[in-house]
Amino acid sequence: MATILENHSADPMMPVPFRVQRLRQDTYDTFTLELQPANGVRKFAFAAGQFNMLYVFGVGEVPISISGDPAKPQTLVHTTRAVGVVTKAMRKLQRGGMVGVRGPFGTHWPVAEALGSDVVIVAGGIGLAPLRPALYALLARREKYGKVVLLYGARTPEDILYRRELERWRARLDLEVYVTVDRAAGNWRGNVGVVTTLIPKAPFDPRSAVAMVCGPEIMMRFTMLELQKRGVATENIFLSMERNMKCAVGFCGHCQFGPAFICKDGPVFRYDQIKELFAKREI
Amino acid sequence: METLEPILAEHPFLQGLEPRHLHLIVGCASNVRFEAGQFLCREGEEADQFYIIRHGKVAVEIFGAQKGPITIQTIGEGEILGWSWLIPPYHWHFDARAVELTRAIALDGKCLRTKCENDHDLGYELLKRFSHVMEQRLEATRLQLLDVYGNNS
Repeated sequence: MATILENHSADPMMPVPFRVQRLRQDTYDTFTLELQPANGVRKFAFAAGQFNMLYVFGVGEVPISISGDPAKPQTLVHTTRAVGVVTKAMRKLQRGGMVGVRGPFGTHWPVAEALGSDVVIVAGGIGLAPLRPALYALLARREKYGKVVLLYGARTPEDILYRRELERWRARLDLEVYVTVDRAAGNWRGNVGVVTTLIPKAPFDPRSAVAMVCGPEIMMRFTMLELQKRGVATENIFLSMERNMKCAVGFCGHCQFGPAFICKDGPVFRYDQIKELFAKREI
Repeated sequence: METLEPILAEHPFLQGLEPRHLHLIVGCASNVRFEAGQFLCREGEEADQFYIIRHGKVAVEIFGAQKGPITIQTIGEGEILGWSWLIPPYHWHFDARAVELTRAIALDGKCLRTKCENDHDLGYELLKRFSHVMEQRLEATRLQLLDVYGNNS
């Protein structure tokens, strides 16, 4: 796996300058940043599921999952929602603007470990962004996997992320894509209902399937129940946690999750290893 | 003559039902088909049926003044539409409209209610299965209401 040392700087706390190549508004409150290194480094190696700390100079720093293609390390892609001071400032960046990058950090999706298995990806809301690199990696070696199924739930049709890409994926004959929204009006002809309702009907073999899940914690809790009801083993379920990451290297303790730190022991965890913690109300 | 019994026997909702009960249910069943846009039921009308969806997709809707139809759920292959036939006063609470060509088996509610009254074992068996469907729908509805994908999630 690539580390910050290979990518940029010897000091993991030191942001490396990147230049905004493109900023695309995905939905009314989410946007995608495409960045290129400003210091001559040509590649940014990362594994699907890892995240970076993005620093808007003079404003602050936030952890954001990498949502681009690991096979295309020339451009660093991040999709995020404009909710806080930093991400709102980030949305206002123009082409050529500067961002500080620390990373990549954390664990990754078990793309290699899933070779030969069916793979079911369950994404909720903006949780599709950290899973997109896994999908790219799976599709790059599509013949090495069994069935690949994407189950995606969004709030409304207007909140659907990567809409054009979803349409392209849906058109593929070697990928099953199911999209559902929590509520819809007008001429929406797709599914309505929570993403967990797609799990019982999804075409994968639960005995061999590897599940990768990302979304709000509540959604993931119910997804875990449905996957287990369907017969997927807990050691084959992986989820990406998002908590308050600050330093990204396990020093500050902001993202402590029992004996683990989300930033360095996660964000991707194997479910059976955090099952007990996941069920605790205060952790 | 070929009956709907083998189709009903294989349907997840009725799987494992005793043959005598299945035989009773078949007497109340008929094949139906709805074109896209056609209503399966309308809010307020008498709920004299429920549907076992075989193919297609049905949108459960509520009509809001100034908002028009709002889809609150879609139901597809292998799922059940309607339990109002089971609970007095037997009126539909929502509209249900085929989103695409939909094939289903319609079960006559009045016919089934009579059979359930005469054979409480059948009634209890159906009630257990409908309770499960209701529980799943209630849980899904609560999750929808939580609005987990919103800004505050």
